[in-house]
Amino acid sequence: MDFYGVALSSRLLLGTARYPSPKILEASIRASRVEVVTVSLRREGGEQRAGQAFWSFISAMGVRVLPNTAGCHSVKEAVTTAHMARELFGTNWIKLEVIGEADTLQPDVFGLVEAARILAADGFEIFPYTTEDLVVAERLIDVGCRVLMPWGAPIGSARGLNNLFGLKAMRAHFPDVPLVIDAGLGVPSHAAAAMELGYDAVLLNTAVAEAGDPVRMAEAFALAIEAGRMAYAASPMEPRDMAAPSTPVVGKAQLA
Amino acid sequence: MRILLNGTEHNLNASQLVEALEALGYKDAVVATALNGRFVPKALRPSTPLADGDHVEVLAAMQGG
Repeated sequence: MDFYGVALSSRLLLGTARYPSPKILEASIRASRVEVVTVSLRREGGEQRAGQAFWSFISAMGVRVLPNTAGCHSVKEAVTTAHMARELFGTNWIKLEVIGEADTLQPDVFGLVEAARILAADGFEIFPYTTEDLVVAERLIDVGCRVLMPWGAPIGSARGLNNLFGLKAMRAHFPDVPLVIDAGLGVPSHAAAAMELGYDAVLLNTAVAEAGDPVRMAEAFALAIEAGRMAYAASPMEPRDMAAPSTPVVGKAQLA
Repeated sequence: MRILLNGTEHNLNASQLVEALEALGYKDAVVATALNGRFVPKALRPSTPLADGDHVEVLAAMQGG
């Protein structure tokens, strides 16, 4: 798998928020063998200097960081945040979020395309948090995005793949663009389903961080993603409406 | 001079952004800065003047999804 020329072997990208402790975050990163973690930017203040401690922690982990623009509701906010992230984290990668609606945290796709256009022209390598809308996806590609990250379901909802048909269509429409399911997954079977559809990777946070045992859940997701990818590569059979006996009928004894 | 840094008002004797950061203990901190909603790269902090009532944002790495 390749994001903007960077080859990665792990198909899981992990968020770093909401873990019970830094120690559990570290153990979750290790258990899932992820190579990319998402990070954010927030005000640094007080005597605590929490950001300095987190920066040292992440630097010591030896993983690649994907900074986000979480919480940005306008193009201006997202673009400014991206610039600040690029300087702070020393990477052109940006997980671009422009939030359009507070209840669903649905992306403002109009603002997203505009912010992506501005940032791509400035050398950023954009991972846009988008929907499965194919027209929006085309526009994102047109302005320079080389990876697309459609939501599975609203952020933090644990609903899984909300629009299977739409996500299948997206995979079929963009066979050569790396596609990452970002947001809304709850359990490893959701991630396996995404991989079985042929998605390239999965980005998770809350499903791991808020599990009773985040470290074990991180590993469970990693295994499910590996299994799902292997199943996709093995070409799953098509579902059918009627039963088909698996045991051969030929040679069956006449005992009736 | 009165500036608003990360939402808190400070009375400082600082004519450049870099001086305000030093005065408030961010001298060696790994932070990114914005002045009145515009990104100010680290290299430009010494040549970015401050005016009374300016809004400064000082951001650092944080957990995120």
